[in-house]
Amino acid sequence: MQYLPNILFAIALIAGISFFVMNIRKLFRNINLGKAIDRTDNKAARWKNMIKIALGQSKMVSRPFSGFLHIIVYVGFVIINIEVLEIIIDGLLGTHRVFQGFIGDAFYGFLIGTFEILAALVFAAVIIFWTRRNVSNIKRFLSSEMKGWPKTDGNMILYFEMVLMTLFLVMNATDTTFQQAGIGNPISQFIAPLFDGFSLEAMHIVERTAWWIHILGILVFLNYLYYSKHLHILLAFPNTFFANLKPKGQFTNLESVTTEVKLMMDPDADPYAAPAEGTEAEAPEKFGASDVLDLNKVQLLNAYTCTECGRCTSACPANLTGKKLSPRKIMMDTRDRLEEVGRNIDANGGTFKDDGKQLLNDYILPEELWACTSCNACVEECPVNIDPLSIIMDMRRYLVMEESAAPQELNSMMTNIENNGAPWQYNQQDRLNWAKED
Amino acid sequence: MNVPTMADMMAQGKQPEVLFWVGAAGSYDDRAKKISRAFVKILHQANVSFAVLGTEESSTGDAAKRAGNEFLFQMQAMMNIEVLNGYEVKKIVTCDPHSFNTLKNEYPSLGGKYEVFHHTQFIQNLISEGRLKIDESTLQGKKVTFHDPCYLGRGNDIYESPRDLIRRLGVNLTEMKRSKSTALCCGAGGAQMFKDAEKGDKEINILRTEDALETKPDIIATGCPYCNTMMTDGIKFKEKEAEVVVKDIAELIAEANNL
Repeated sequence: MQYLPNILFAIALIAGISFFVMNIRKLFRNINLGKAIDRTDNKAARWKNMIKIALGQSKMVSRPFSGFLHIIVYVGFVIINIEVLEIIIDGLLGTHRVFQGFIGDAFYGFLIGTFEILAALVFAAVIIFWTRRNVSNIKRFLSSEMKGWPKTDGNMILYFEMVLMTLFLVMNATDTTFQQAGIGNPISQFIAPLFDGFSLEAMHIVERTAWWIHILGILVFLNYLYYSKHLHILLAFPNTFFANLKPKGQFTNLESVTTEVKLMMDPDADPYAAPAEGTEAEAPEKFGASDVLDLNKVQLLNAYTCTECGRCTSACPANLTGKKLSPRKIMMDTRDRLEEVGRNIDANGGTFKDDGKQLLNDYILPEELWACTSCNACVEECPVNIDPLSIIMDMRRYLVMEESAAPQELNSMMTNIENNGAPWQYNQQDRLNWAKED
Repeated sequence: MNVPTMADMMAQGKQPEVLFWVGAAGSYDDRAKKISRAFVKILHQANVSFAVLGTEESSTGDAAKRAGNEFLFQMQAMMNIEVLNGYEVKKIVTCDPHSFNTLKNEYPSLGGKYEVFHHTQFIQNLISEGRLKIDESTLQGKKVTFHDPCYLGRGNDIYESPRDLIRRLGVNLTEMKRSKSTALCCGAGGAQMFKDAEKGDKEINILRTEDALETKPDIIATGCPYCNTMMTDGIKFKEKEAEVVVKDIAELIAEANNL
């Protein structure tokens, strides 16, 4: 029976990690439903982006207050995780503060002391975040797409962090030998007096309980990630690596269109010619995107990476002037639809069964898409280089090229370009008149 | 005004230093035509040998592409590329950031590879090569704010060329609260110029005009014919025409040099 805690710990650890791995595999499967896109060129620039933007948080500080608080939570999260390593070893081996013996009291005290200070800072930052989300009237947290689950999700993450930080400090505060040694307890020494009058045994029970809930909480939190907007803590890294490196103004040229246009413009082409060998069986390519399966893998990765901070939406000229478009909602809808498609595949033995729904209309309305000015403010703002504009453009392409469903005025504009080479109805022969006037 | 065409040049067996891509707005829009003429005056003053395509120029396809019509865009692009390559064009300058972006970034993979400049970059080069000087005295002391065009700024990371030219005018440049990479769009991009806005509580150009008016400018400088239209409309809406003018940087330079 002496090994019961070790065994229980090992079971919890294996279960927690296995379940997480299972979900991550599902996440990969879903992202891979997207179309192939080559974003492996210029690796040096990609690594640099990842190090600067994801690891170095360079875009977070464009908004100094929330950026600074975020860096505290981020640094705290990364560094305090060193302590989790010790907790796991202790749990498996039945040891207590196993690192202390290896690295000596002084250095161990320094490490734990640092963790404690960070834990207190994280706690404070998280309280401010909670206030910003729930008390202050910050517009980007009040948008319609943030009602219901997204709001609860945001708060849940903050509660998780508050509880985990508290448990870490309580665990230290009630560790009597640790407190008596008096090194590495800059914060917990002020919590310890709360437990004055507890018997040694009661203290030990509190310490063990805090220790267990802390590590189980971490495992639960790890598994909560997949169901929440919090995946960015992992996906920010690949997302910044695979982000677009070309000028933001440059939109892709659809290759399928190039082939057709070249054929149309080739005077020698035979319009009645049979398609070349091997191409016959291929289904005609769909132009643009009406559902998540028409998007590429990076766009789907973008959707999972989005943490719904809303910086994009708060910079969007359409949204700022009361239009329905919200770039954040474009990303949230894409993810929601992708998850729905994923569940459909799971329920139908690995293949997608048409559910009569799609991203267009069932999630994103044409009214949202047509409000975009393609100004790239959302792309510029995103702290992890998500590109909502590329999804908007792909969906416009579908509306125009597959459904001929552009707003009437845009149809006139396009007819003018076809007829007289300008968006307005002017005679092409008058194109140089400007030089003769004045 | 002497504006030679590529066809004229070819007939004389000449190849100009640069092709001036006028764009649809610069060719047909009454307000934007003034920008084209101001830029030509600058080219003449700096003795730049240039030509336009004239009636052989056609829409770059930018608006069609942003509206989602990739077919029309690529047809326009391939037609234009055929003309440009036929004249062996190497260098292009344009006053329109949309044409600039499309020609520079979206034509190469379709076979149109050129060195493309926005007019503010081109004028900056003329100055650094000693071919053009800007008279600092004419507009001295005027308060100017610059509205970044999206396809020049965020789209292509060009923030300094227009500002460098404005500083050379001897004016006081005051930035709006949203400027450079955080600049607010004028509302015309993405083919919005050619349609009514979706339902909302405000027009984008009014919001942007308010940003500009907060700096209490004498002049709102622009580097895009579409931004110019949007900001001009905004000033009219705010009934500030008497106090504030909207001018392209090319127009300001032409004015400073009494062209």
